[in-house]
Amino acid sequence: MSVDGGPEYPATTDLADVATGSVALADEPIIFDVEAIRADFPILERTVAGAPLVYLDSANSSQKPRVVVEAIEDHYLNHNANVARAMHLLGAEATEAFEDSRAQLARFIGANRSEEVVFTKNASEALNLCAYTLGAALRPGDEIVISVMEHHSNIVPWQLLAQRTGAVLRWFDVTHDGRLDLDKAAAEGLVNERTKIISVAYVSNVLGTVNPISQIAAVGHAVGATVVIDASQAVPQLAVDVAALGADLVAFTGHKMVGPTGIGVLWGRYELLAALPPFLGGGEMIEIVTMEGSTYAPPPHRFEAGTPPIAQAVGLAAAAQYLSAIGMDQISAHERDVTAYALQGMRALPGLKILGPDEAVDRGGAVSFTLSTPDGQPIHPHDVSQLLDSRGIAVRAGHHCARPLHERFGVQSSTRASFYLYTTHAEIDALIEGLGYTMSFFGRLR
Amino acid sequence: MKVEDLYQEIILDHYRTKHHSGLREPYDAEVLHVNPTCGDEVRLRVHLDGNKVSDVSYEALGCSISQASASVMADLVIGRDVAYDLGLYEEFLTMMQSKGQIEPDEERLEDGIAFAGVAKFPARVKCALIGWSAFRDAVIRAQSERS
Repeated sequence: MSVDGGPEYPATTDLADVATGSVALADEPIIFDVEAIRADFPILERTVAGAPLVYLDSANSSQKPRVVVEAIEDHYLNHNANVARAMHLLGAEATEAFEDSRAQLARFIGANRSEEVVFTKNASEALNLCAYTLGAALRPGDEIVISVMEHHSNIVPWQLLAQRTGAVLRWFDVTHDGRLDLDKAAAEGLVNERTKIISVAYVSNVLGTVNPISQIAAVGHAVGATVVIDASQAVPQLAVDVAALGADLVAFTGHKMVGPTGIGVLWGRYELLAALPPFLGGGEMIEIVTMEGSTYAPPPHRFEAGTPPIAQAVGLAAAAQYLSAIGMDQISAHERDVTAYALQGMRALPGLKILGPDEAVDRGGAVSFTLSTPDGQPIHPHDVSQLLDSRGIAVRAGHHCARPLHERFGVQSSTRASFYLYTTHAEIDALIEGLGYTMSFFGRLR
Repeated sequence: MKVEDLYQEIILDHYRTKHHSGLREPYDAEVLHVNPTCGDEVRLRVHLDGNKVSDVSYEALGCSISQASASVMADLVIGRDVAYDLGLYEEFLTMMQSKGQIEPDEERLEDGIAFAGVAKFPARVKCALIGWSAFRDAVIRAQSERS
């Protein structure tokens, strides 16, 4: 367990055993077996209301495989101490585990060096870190560009920054089928010489749209802007290579990628991170502190004030290792397959309207929709999710932390089903059947 | 806990035909209450005549529970004394916070007792309360503006 040595993806064979229930030979591709994967997730054996749990809320938070929980347990039971400040054996073990986790995360996302990986408490904190530190250089009249499809956590930090600095907040609109409207943006000169920051989602948490990040990054860099990406819905589902992506800063969270809650990641190009001022002040982020002033540690520790989420980092590294062992390309392909199957079933339901792309092209595994009774009366998402929950089906209802996007589409709220590596066709069948039942339940009122 | 405990016929009836719905003049106070987790909204107006609630009118965007609850609430509070209505609010609130442990008084809460089942679904308690808390807020504002 060295920080920078070791093979590209260590211990894949062990994890392949866990993932597929069979020993995989090094050169043989691991066959994607959804039933074997499900066996790694004990919670999926639960029943709800007498029916098997159908968990279709992974875009909200994913379930955890046994290996992740066991990695956290092992850390707490056998290696626990504070990092980087305890001079004893356990302190050394905890520090090594924490820094080794950072290196594994760096490899998982294709970072050039592990110092480019900053651990935060979640993606929201990572995005706030970006807004706060990049904001130090903003002047009144500078422009920040986001999009109308953002999660609130990629809207509010920039609104706060604009208020603090006098910068102007502008945004990409979306087309009727839920893609970023790049033509309109070009026509109105959205990105221009005043643009200092562009921050957009890689994959929309509502529409599922996969945005053309490299293209947006190129446009941003052409005017000298810093490009921030909210990859919270992308890293769990797509093979992400940050070095090739073209962005400058990439934020994501642990709990949506089969990892624990309480940890997020900010990746940044090292030279950029090294040029940014500190975010939170405290222990571990300093070099020398005097009563008159302080100097600060280099990245990543400059941005990690206080005791970091140590056990969570260990758990997140186990999650990254688990996903790598199965293969992000295979997970992506499964996600596309399940999403295409769900979209097909949903398109066949009269009264169901999909928000966003209705085909599984450049699209992630979250499908939001509105539902009406056969005579055209809208059924509120709360009522939809309650009826589905009575059949053991877990979905999300509301505006999914994206109120402006719902307003843009003229709906107050929506229901969202989201899929992951453990989702089966049978679960999609249960969803479609449950939606039919919901329509008839509220339809008989009329 | 069955879903039928939640969606009782009385609730579904009120949802289908909402009583006293729509915004009306005259009024002494108007409030907007929202549930930030789901985006449900109730805009509600209260008109007082001395110590009597002479009208409650509202526009509600939301689920069946929140809309039906606003409808039942308007039925109960219109034409009664402010003090009596605020007492009803407290009684309804207590019932909703009881997790289904309290036997409600049908003489006073009438159709409102149908929401005792909703109290067993913690995620939906807010839905049942949004209209009632908007009413209470509007009454307090109307009184303070008068004094």
